[in-house]
Amino acid sequence: MAVVYEKTKLLTDKPLHYCPGCTHGIIHRLVAEAIDELGIQNRTIGIAPVGCAVFAYDYFNCDMMEAAHGRAPAVATGCKRVNPGNIVFTYQGDGDLASIGAAEITHAATRGENITVIFVNNAIYGMTGGQMAPTTLPGQVTTTSPYGRDPKLCGYPIRISEMLATLDGPAFISRVSVHDVKHILDAKKSIKKAFETQLAGKGFSLVEVLSACPTNWGMTPQESLKWLEQNMIPQYPLGIKKEVE
Amino acid sequence: MGQKMLMKGNEAIAEAAIQAGCRFFFGYPITPQNQIPEYMSKRLPKIEGGCFLQAESEVAAINMVYGAAGAGARVMTSSSSPGISLKQEGISYIVGAELPCVIVNMVRGGPGLGSIQPAQSDYFQSTRGGGHGDYRMLVLAPSSVQEAVELTQEAFDLADLYRNPVLVMGDGLIGQMMEPVEMPERKPRTDLPEKTWAATGWEPGCGRDRAIINSLYIDPAVLEKHVNHLYEKYAAMEANECRWQEEMTEDADYIIVAYGTTARIARSAMRKLREEGIRAGLIRPITLWPFPAAPIAAAAKHAKAILTVEMSMGQMVEDVRLAVEGAVPVHFFGRTGGIVPTVREIITQVETLAKGGH
Amino acid sequence: MAKLTIAGETCKGCGLCADVCPRHLLALSKEINTKGYHPIAITDQDQCIGCAFCARMCPDAVIKVEK
Repeated sequence: MAVVYEKTKLLTDKPLHYCPGCTHGIIHRLVAEAIDELGIQNRTIGIAPVGCAVFAYDYFNCDMMEAAHGRAPAVATGCKRVNPGNIVFTYQGDGDLASIGAAEITHAATRGENITVIFVNNAIYGMTGGQMAPTTLPGQVTTTSPYGRDPKLCGYPIRISEMLATLDGPAFISRVSVHDVKHILDAKKSIKKAFETQLAGKGFSLVEVLSACPTNWGMTPQESLKWLEQNMIPQYPLGIKKEVE
Repeated sequence: MGQKMLMKGNEAIAEAAIQAGCRFFFGYPITPQNQIPEYMSKRLPKIEGGCFLQAESEVAAINMVYGAAGAGARVMTSSSSPGISLKQEGISYIVGAELPCVIVNMVRGGPGLGSIQPAQSDYFQSTRGGGHGDYRMLVLAPSSVQEAVELTQEAFDLADLYRNPVLVMGDGLIGQMMEPVEMPERKPRTDLPEKTWAATGWEPGCGRDRAIINSLYIDPAVLEKHVNHLYEKYAAMEANECRWQEEMTEDADYIIVAYGTTARIARSAMRKLREEGIRAGLIRPITLWPFPAAPIAAAAKHAKAILTVEMSMGQMVEDVRLAVEGAVPVHFFGRTGGIVPTVREIITQVETLAKGGH
Repeated sequence: MAKLTIAGETCKGCGLCADVCPRHLLALSKEINTKGYHPIAITDQDQCIGCAFCARMCPDAVIKVEK
């Protein structure tokens, strides 16, 4: 019998702490598989965020740094500038990247910093218990928008991928989803492409991954994937937003 | 480079860092320290492996320092008071993750946007850690451009030795004035531990554990153990790194305690007072943390009074009082907001003490 | 003929794998693992075609597929 599929060695044996049905685990696996398939474990440095993925350094089986909230792109910049031969990636959520770290991500992108950013957008602050995020949809109920996000009061969700794609610095930006197997395969391709972009020295690459948060959305895992497909994708259209050949 | 050159304090600090092996600098413009990043932006790109980057903010700059230090490099950032406040988050993380780096603060008047003139009102912030959590930093306070060169160079060794950031605390005057300096090349100390903890790429069987540069310890018992470990390092710093300079303290009735620019003015005042027949002495802390409490306590045993002079409303004076433990009266004179005290003002203060005033 | 190996101890019983199985061969077990979850189990190993959809969907990487 041949192995068709098994857990990559780029993930450690530590059980993931994520809630049942949380798609962070899928995204971790795709990133780890990409590093594994590209044969770059021995020179990859991952930068973990603050948020649900704060313990990412326990899961990715490569050298890791843990950054302050939103600062992962700055940490990655320092790391990459010291050892340009390293492959440096950040793994950040929407609160981390699109709110408190909006300056760091924008400037890393516009500098064309030769790093890869995995941006997990689940439209909510997960780790702190389900507060409104910069990516929370209009009308979406969270613990700090209990009547639904009112754009008149707190503005509109940020489309990070489209925003960064307007800059000259980035070499590859795409938005993908992990709500079904087909989209998971597409997501994998994009993530691999992002790392290949860095390997080729082309500059900044970012993959925004739409992700489900069943616990804080107050849904079953199955309902949350459906909700992602029906509500998040219209707000955050999938596809490649920028690609420099 | 044996011969003396005339250099501005800020530029001398930048060149000194390069001569000590610093190849990475991340900064953000703020007066009165701009000549440091400007100088680095000229020099570092011309040196193999060197990199200067102007960050989008002080916050980003200190986090770039975190990443570069985590990758094992000798790295520096500089700023002035409001910018140093912004860096505090990153400094706390750097301490927690036990990363070595050098931070320069050319202190200006505060609070808030304050002024751009010299001040020493960041003493509390510098010597008490500055950011959140239980920690300390070595704080080196030069009082001349030459000393700024030497302390900056030593700061890199001390940072590597203790795996802790080192703060070089000057003020607008130290940064802006020109003095003749010798600029030696300085090789790193040979007894420094290898940076086997740095994140440079790992695979199974590569001969070391996977590097995790991190300050998160979610289990309180583990965090307490980690902080205890940090405090063992601080105890070693207190035992080994405390520095100060004493002048004419042996027979002094009145001891002036002052550091940095203020110490230069206090020295002139002390000499004038001696000419007047008033036995004055000077203790100049060179490390603000660890604080030279022992020599101050020793001098207090035979002095009539101590006068602490600062460019602030009185911050170091609290450490002087703690050192003296009430043995003699500790008086304070300070100017703040960017005003530099004059020799005459200090003389008047001591004369008043000598006449039994205050 | 394909074979699934499920690391039941790390399964959180979210059931996402069951939803994507084209032959509907996965269901939560009546057993409870040490974390307190009902882990997923295969109901009819012989019917498995080894497509690995389940493994690709699993957030916790608990499924190994051989063929």
